[in-house]
Amino acid sequence: MTAPFDLRRPEGGRIDRARAMRFVFDGAGYSGYAGDTLASALLANGVRLVARSFKYHRPRGIATAGAEEPNALVQLRGNARSEPNIRATQVELYDGLVAASQNRWPSLELDLGALNSVFAKLLPAGFYYKTFMWPPGFWHFYERLVRRMAGMGRAADASDPDRYDHRWAHCDVLVVGAGPSGLAAALAAGRAGARVILCDEQAEPGGSLLGSGATLDGAPAMQWAGAVLAELGALPDVTVLPRTTAFGYYDHNALGLVERVADHAAEPLPGQPRQRLWLVRARQVVLATGAIERPLVFRDNDRPGVMLADAARTYLGRYAVACGRRAVLFTNNDHAYDAALALHAGGVDLAAIVDLRAEPGGLRVDAARARGLRVIAGRAVTATHGRSSVTGVDIARLQEGSDLAVLDRESIACDLVLNSGGWTPSVHLFSQSGGRLRYDEATGAFLPGRAVQAVRAAGSCNGAVALKDCLKQGAAAGAAAAGDCGFAAAPPALPAAEPEPESAPMRLLWVVPSDAPVGHKGKHFVDLQNDVTAADLRLAAREGYRSVEHLKRYTTTGMGTDQGKTSNLAALAILAEATGREIPAVGTTTFRPPYTPVAMGALTGRTVGALLDPARWTPIHRWHVRAGAVFENVGQWQRARYYPQAGEDMHRALARELHAARNAVGIFDASTLGKIDVKGPDAARFLDLVYTNSWSKLGIGRCRYGFMLREDGYVFDDGVTTRLADDHFLVSTTTGNAAPVLSWLEDLLQMEWTELKVRLTSVTEEYAVVTLSGPFARRVLTELTADIDLEPKAFPFMSLSHGTVAGIAARVFRVSFTGELSYEVQVKASYGLALWNACMEAGEKYGITPYGTEAMHVLRAEKGYVIVGQETDGTVTPYDLGMGWIVNDNKPDFIGKRGLRRADLQRPDRKQLVGLRLEAGERRKLPEGAHLVADRDAVPPMPMLGHVTSSYWSVALDAPIALAMIKGGRARMGETVYAPLPDRVAAATVVEPCFWDPEGKRLHG
Amino acid sequence: MKRYSIFSLARNALSHHEDWPQAWRSPEPKPAYDVIIVGGGGHGLATAYYLAKEHGISNVAVLEKGWLGGGNTGRNTTVIRSNYLWDESAHLYEKSLQLYEGLSQDLNFNIMLSQRGVVNLAHSEHDLRELSRRVHALRLNGIDSEVLSLDEVRRLIPILDCSPAARYPVLGASVQWRGGIARHDAVAWGFARAADARGVDIIQNCEVTGILRDGGRVTGVETTRGAIRAPKVGCVVAGHASVLAAMAGLSLPIESHPLQALVSEPIKPVLHTVVMSSAVHAYISQSDKGELVMGAGIDTWNSYAQRGSLPVVAHTVGAVCELFPIFGRVRMMRSWAGIVDICPDASPIISRTPVEGLYFNCGWGTGGFKATPGSGWVFAYTIARDEPHPLNAPFALERFSTGALIDEHGAAAVAH
Repeated sequence: MTAPFDLRRPEGGRIDRARAMRFVFDGAGYSGYAGDTLASALLANGVRLVARSFKYHRPRGIATAGAEEPNALVQLRGNARSEPNIRATQVELYDGLVAASQNRWPSLELDLGALNSVFAKLLPAGFYYKTFMWPPGFWHFYERLVRRMAGMGRAADASDPDRYDHRWAHCDVLVVGAGPSGLAAALAAGRAGARVILCDEQAEPGGSLLGSGATLDGAPAMQWAGAVLAELGALPDVTVLPRTTAFGYYDHNALGLVERVADHAAEPLPGQPRQRLWLVRARQVVLATGAIERPLVFRDNDRPGVMLADAARTYLGRYAVACGRRAVLFTNNDHAYDAALALHAGGVDLAAIVDLRAEPGGLRVDAARARGLRVIAGRAVTATHGRSSVTGVDIARLQEGSDLAVLDRESIACDLVLNSGGWTPSVHLFSQSGGRLRYDEATGAFLPGRAVQAVRAAGSCNGAVALKDCLKQGAAAGAAAAGDCGFAAAPPALPAAEPEPESAPMRLLWVVPSDAPVGHKGKHFVDLQNDVTAADLRLAAREGYRSVEHLKRYTTTGMGTDQGKTSNLAALAILAEATGREIPAVGTTTFRPPYTPVAMGALTGRTVGALLDPARWTPIHRWHVRAGAVFENVGQWQRARYYPQAGEDMHRALARELHAARNAVGIFDASTLGKIDVKGPDAARFLDLVYTNSWSKLGIGRCRYGFMLREDGYVFDDGVTTRLADDHFLVSTTTGNAAPVLSWLEDLLQMEWTELKVRLTSVTEEYAVVTLSGPFARRVLTELTADIDLEPKAFPFMSLSHGTVAGIAARVFRVSFTGELSYEVQVKASYGLALWNACMEAGEKYGITPYGTEAMHVLRAEKGYVIVGQETDGTVTPYDLGMGWIVNDNKPDFIGKRGLRRADLQRPDRKQLVGLRLEAGERRKLPEGAHLVADRDAVPPMPMLGHVTSSYWSVALDAPIALAMIKGGRARMGETVYAPLPDRVAAATVVEPCFWDPEGKRLHG
Repeated sequence: MKRYSIFSLARNALSHHEDWPQAWRSPEPKPAYDVIIVGGGGHGLATAYYLAKEHGISNVAVLEKGWLGGGNTGRNTTVIRSNYLWDESAHLYEKSLQLYEGLSQDLNFNIMLSQRGVVNLAHSEHDLRELSRRVHALRLNGIDSEVLSLDEVRRLIPILDCSPAARYPVLGASVQWRGGIARHDAVAWGFARAADARGVDIIQNCEVTGILRDGGRVTGVETTRGAIRAPKVGCVVAGHASVLAAMAGLSLPIESHPLQALVSEPIKPVLHTVVMSSAVHAYISQSDKGELVMGAGIDTWNSYAQRGSLPVVAHTVGAVCELFPIFGRVRMMRSWAGIVDICPDASPIISRTPVEGLYFNCGWGTGGFKATPGSGWVFAYTIARDEPHPLNAPFALERFSTGALIDEHGAAAVAH
């Protein structure tokens, strides 16, 4: 090497030399061009060492030019946009890009983690299963050390500032991959008139054509690609998505795509999402996902400067970057000669071509020899030299029948080792679709076999090698896919590719021998990212981890962020050899989505923050906000919990609200309760079947409280239902259960009792409901209505009146959940706030006081009214609640009737609802959830009677009260039970679960 | 069995690790055994191990249609805890947790039990009440569990979004410090190796195709490798329990659903406990390799195919990003599915059956991994003595006719 040689070649490539891009790697400034990737720009700047490996912290360089990169993972960007483990080979260079190496300390050059290499002999695959067990219980200590070594990059230190979108799309034909096959497929389908989506993971479509320098019809092949793209762009039903990876193939031809909208810039433009997740449902799919070159497994094949042959060709052809000055090619096949010749033509000194085959022949080999290149046949690279960059290789002759290669040894100095073990078709998506794979002996590769979904594979992912075959397969697949969608389609005329020489057979040699048995000297890496060696794989097989899934899990091969794209085949081949089986008998591990990792933000889309779940507000919500209410989430609803006035804490606000409701009048927003309109000639029959009590004889305008049970006999929901007409009911549900109840009822009507003529409509949000409750409730209402007779005889408890309230058409229900005289006024939602305001105004002189859910809970607990989900937990029957009266056993059937009859639901010692009173003078409430025992002095584990379901300070009683579910509770009236709390044991007396107006005089008043 | 230790590692290093023996044999099936265990997952292998160890029954075959631990044992999110609400469950899972605590030594296989604590978040007054109820019950059952205030949660998990402005703000939490994670594959392999050492035949790639009976008695199984006789057959085949039961003319109250899980790329550790939120529908931990391990909810349809759908995964990831906003740019690396058998009360069945000598251990739903040693221990007892241990007596098949259900729907990490 005498003449100065610039790694960035003066000509060629698809970079824009007019647009220089500055970037920083590990704190040092560099320059590249628009069109570069971070990897190509680093290589152009002569940066060889870019990463450290996961386990041994070995120095690593860029080994590939694409999604398969196992080594060159970097921390990209900074602060809140910092991203770990980004493959430099897929990062488009932008001006101002900042990247750093990861998993090293203190620096990439000097990484103390490399000490692991010293102990490597003690750290074979699965070593951690065999040690760290002494002394017992010390794993915690070891684990702390292990975790210090864990991970690679770092998560950002702040919330992701970027936005992500989701998009759902349908198409006739989805074409994955815009290389020659994919372009031909999209053209065929697009011309036929099909709705086509064509996606490709790269910024620029073209696939292999981008870097291969191939020609079509005598012109650069990218000209043809450009013309195809122009034609596709002009077709109205064709969508081309560059920078879009199809990462997952799910059932019913649904595919997940992620579009990197703004990753090629420092940050998204205002209003632009960073990425967009597409869920595409395609009638037909054409996979043109290409193939990945397979590395050879030779000793110390991991040094920076060891690279796939085709990657080096891509760097030269696409980015005008020579990956080194003096190269050795190590190959088992003809195709890699193309790369070597391209590099040679590009000015790289090609020191030797080391071919594993004893007698390589054919036109490519001849061409290499004709150019004066040294082809060394029947030999292998047996070692590499160098630390942070390769400086040379040793080669030796392969000996038939020997595991060693020691003859004809020679050392060759070089700074680039190209290697090629053939090609592995990218069958990831095909396999995810459920398609079967078949093994092809000649190429040592799995190819798509029988498809299960509507999918075709075309081009090199389908085993095609020559460009003309890729084009032909693509065009045929595109036309067939469109044809299957009903379009008259024919494969388009295709341009002529250069004739390609026949290939001589490759030589499959899964582990390349060296001068010592594998594992004795140096390392034969199979999985570069997880530092899994051929010796590790053989160890696993030796120990009985013979299933390929065991192998993967025991050695971690293929479990890195590259998911083993360059290593899986070699790993299973080595397993096959070690266990004396054929490769197809070993089979592959399951291909699991995603093909390449997908940002969790993209999967999330916009469903975070306020959009995680819609917050539901009542029509009166704004009033509550202005009144300074404290809210609580109840299901999706935000309900006013209490209304503190200046200087009040919850306790004092609550006391004021409770006092008003018991002694004057309270007002409550009850709009959130579920409301289901039930209509039809069989409405009453239907309700008879879903409720435990009877509805057929309920008078029009009358209300009744009911329980719905599940089939197992346990309480599912409760509420008051009103008969509006002979064939028309209004069912109310609990706030949280409105949707489940509707779904359940619909399920029953549509699946079980299809003969019933009933229609259900959710009307929860159609109406606002304002509850007036307290001794003055009637007086307030009197001031607001002229056409409703409020006299108790005319308008008794549990009935409905229609009329006008505050000038608004209203249904008024005389029901009560507080134990006081109460009216629930229901109006169209849009009048809700007006009604509330009118009530507040009319009630002012009566001391009307808004109360929230907290006061409501206390008021109902004082009466012993249950809340479904608080007193009940899915294991409680109406009998357990002391409400057997609500079960009409005479009905021929209702949901839960059979369940209720089961022996365990009849036991007398079931947990039953009771009230609890504390000792006189005790001011401390029992904690809700506290468990109760009979024996004050019991120690854990102790038999328990049950637990406190509700516990409040009762203003009306000026004492704490509680409700509880305890075993045989009805028979324990007057007994003392104990709640062993962390700091004390509280005693309580079992009483009837009604603390206020047990005769019900007030609510009937 | 050659013992594993740092010394054996060092010794084998000298011979380039070329002399390690097989972790377990791969014998041909014998014509007959005392007990056949169908299913070579963690539960089945544990059953075989405890049959040999606790009951002296080592003439046992474990039949596995695929590879050991290839079902839900190798597909779960590795969470271990015993903080169950109902006494019956709490005692069963606590037994299991206690066995886990000595398992690495017992099996001489490091299962990497990491008792890093399991935190359950509360996001509403209702959550707080339920959480308090559970902690009180656990305390009186003698099982560790405590309530954490919001401040304590914030200190314990600094990267958790505890903002009051969140859609469902975190209000508090409970924690079981003895809960945590373990290496799931190691549990299967460790049991396999230890059972093998006690004489159990582990037979992979041997699918049971029929259950042989004579009158009301089981006499063996028909397999893809021929008939194998035994007077007792224990079935532990998560995901296919109802299929196997049908071979014996039994109908189980089980629905089978796909359940997905996923891991992120490995990142430097930032999450040191297991975090669960049933309100936001997420649970997550970080493995010792650095991957975030997340469990999704079930796909709602019934299926025996180990595949799930993308929206279910996306929903879970969304919930995780809601709780941990710094994870937005961390990337999902791998996702997969297993099939879970779910009983109406979300509790397992560990039981004799109407067929004499035939036992079923199934219906673990979404939470079987944490029960592995305990499940094996009580199942071994049940098979050996033909009667349930008091710990699993409540989990008999009869409960679906008596109504004595153990409703643990509320106990699942994600509302399934």
